[in-house]
Parts: sequence; C-alpha cells; structure tokens
Amino acid sequence: MYAQMVKSTGDAVKSREDMSDDERHFQDKVDANIKVEPRDWMPDDYRKTLIRQIGQHAHSEIVGQLPEGNWITRAPTLERKAILLAKVQDEAGHGLYLYCAAETLGVTRDELTEKLLSGRMKYSSIFNYPTLTWADMGAVGWLVDGAAIMNQVPLQRTSYGPYSRAMVRICKEESFHQRQGYAIMMKMAQGSPAQRKMAQDALNRMWYPSLMMFGPSDKDSVHSAQSMAWKIKINTNDELRQKFVNETVPQAEYLGLTIPDENLKFNEETGNYDFSQPDWDEFFEVLKGNGPCNTDRLNARRKAWDDGAWVREGLLAHAEKRAAAKVAAE
Amino acid sequence: MKKEWPLWEVFIRGQHGLNHRHVGSLHAPDAETAILNARDVYTRRNEGLSIWVVEARHISASAPGDKGPLFEPSESKVYRHPTFYDIPKDVGHM
Repeated sequence: MYAQMVKSTGDAVKSREDMSDDERHFQDKVDANIKVEPRDWMPDDYRKTLIRQIGQHAHSEIVGQLPEGNWITRAPTLERKAILLAKVQDEAGHGLYLYCAAETLGVTRDELTEKLLSGRMKYSSIFNYPTLTWADMGAVGWLVDGAAIMNQVPLQRTSYGPYSRAMVRICKEESFHQRQGYAIMMKMAQGSPAQRKMAQDALNRMWYPSLMMFGPSDKDSVHSAQSMAWKIKINTNDELRQKFVNETVPQAEYLGLTIPDENLKFNEETGNYDFSQPDWDEFFEVLKGNGPCNTDRLNARRKAWDDGAWVREGLLAHAEKRAAAKVAAE
Repeated sequence: MKKEWPLWEVFIRGQHGLNHRHVGSLHAPDAETAILNARDVYTRRNEGLSIWVVEARHISASAPGDKGPLFEPSESKVYRHPTFYDIPKDVGHM
C-alpha cells in the first residue's frame, strides 16, 4: 500500500442522526456508489483526508522512482535497461495522475511538493530501503508492485471520481511492473549459484518491508473506520496483507526460493497462510525518518526541485513574453 | 519568483475514430509544451492519434446544483427513444 496510516477525523463514524442534512445526503450518495466529483459538496474532513491520502500516494510514486532509477545505468542488457526505464517513467506518470487528482480538492502542486520536501507529508516506508543488487529490481517489481496492486485494485471503486479514474489508469499499467519484476526473478533463480543466491538475498531483505507496506493492523482504528465509511479505503490492512501472502507464497515456490519466515504455514482451517508479522518498531522508526535511506531520498528530491528552479522559471518567463508579444501584434 | 505553471486539461482522440476524450490534466508553461507533456504522460501505450490541450481556466462548467433544472426535463420524455413505439412484427426491420 502506498498510503500508510492516513489520519481521518480521529472521531468515531457519525450515526445518521448526528449528521447534518448535507452530510446525510453525502453519505447516501457514497453508499449508493455514486461518485463524488470535485465541485460537489463534501465534508471538510473527507476533503482533508483525501488530500493526505492521495498526496501520500503521489509522493510514493515519485520517490519510488529513486531506488529503481539507481539501476538504470547498470542494467545487465539494453533490453532490461529499456524496460526499467519504461517502468520508472510509468511511476512518474502515476505520480502526475495522482497529483492532478489531489489538486481537484483545492490544494496546489507547489503546496504538495513543499510538504513532501519539508517532511510534513510522508511517502511509503518501502522506498527508504536500499536497492543493493540487480536482483532487487526483480524483488521490487514482484513484491513491492505486487503489494501496491493489492491495494490499488479495490481503490478503483473509491468514492472520489478523480481518484478512482487515476486508479483505473494506474492499475492498467501496473501489471506490467509486477510481471517484469517476476521475469527478472525467474531469470536469476534459474541462473548460476551466485545469481540464485542474489535472488534469495533480495527476497530476504524485501519480504518484511513489503509486508509493512500495508501498514499495521487497523481493525480497531477509528481513522480506518471513517475512511471505510467514506469508501476511500476499501479493505483493512490485515485483509490485504493476508491476500498478498496467499498469492505470493506459490510464486516464491515456483521460483524455488524460500520466504524468510519459519512460521509460514498453510492453515487448512482458515484457507490462509499463517505468517510472522514484520518488526513494527522498525516500521515506526522508518516513518519517523530513521530508515536506511530517508535522508538520501529527501535530499535527492530537494536537489531535483532546487536544480530545476531555473528551468521552471525560465520557461514560464518565456511563455509570458511570447504571449505578450502576440497580444501586441494583434 | 514563485509561480506555478498553469493547469491544462488534456483531451485525446483514441484509435477508433472517436471524439477527443478528457483524460486528465497537467501543468505546462505554454500550449506547445503542454502537448509534448501530454504525449509523455497520457499516450505512453499508443493510446492516441491526436491531442487537444486547453488551459483549465478557459473551461466553463455547469454547477452541480443546476443538475435538476438542466437535466430533469429530459427524464420524462420517453417518446424520444425508439423503444417507446410498438411496431408490429409484420412491418419488418425498422
């Protein structure tokens, strides 16, 4: 999941009796699966929560380019390089779809960027882990994009129209990302002993951070209850995590790789795999900014923003000058 | 100087001779750059044959509150649809 621990009102979901007429009308619409569009009336907290969620999602797409961008110049073949480049370009596109969706709620692009760069808005914890070998490109596509898809597919049905439409586009493109990652893993897993070892090592390092992507259990969270009532969150974190584990275990078996969890076992009774939780203390440390790459990631984004300032300003000045000249000529 | 590039709405004509369709928006300093950016953002998989961009501030939109007066009058006019009329089978295809 690309948006973690998004706070909503912090209050329990209002009963129908406690709602104002506007709020009741709004909730009826959401319940009837009628999309909310930008200029429709919506509760302030719905708007604020969505800006936080979509913004965090967009930031994750943008920062998510960095760990993979790290390998573009070092891809083993020209074909792999072209594929990785296309994938990273897609992530930029996904970030842009989402920023535009957030902007329809009344926040500006500059405000969102500024909040990311100042650390006031977060991005997914997963991108604060390093990508050390080429096999990590496989593991990221397979596991990280796989986990993202788990969350994004149901979000296509979210109540906010622009967000839903962005998710539809993203989901169409995302499946390529997971498959190209798995294709890398297959190649590595069938390769030399050193390559197999590299693939296993990538799985070992990425497994628990991927499970963290769904966020800690939120079955008792008031924030999640409100978000679910508004249909901006469709499943609980635990449901999605379980689904991800169930789908991923056979894929790892096919590769002949071992998931680094001694407690992983199919449970006949529930029909699910039992598995170990990730280290949630580590997760909160990473969110606080103490992960292995937090500083690098934000510095890279700040540098890109600062270094691009003259281009943004120059192009705008040029456009304004030309527009003025055109008016004068008329 | 702290100023955002203007927002452009992007419309793409797909492969099958259909109308240009709204696909999303983006920021760009001018129309030419908006078209180039739209190519990169919205047609990476051969989705388009033609691109229109229009600055968002030039779009006029109906207000959500006008939905009733604007669209309700057409709800009661079922006779505008071909299925309103019963044509005997013997007449043949019509």
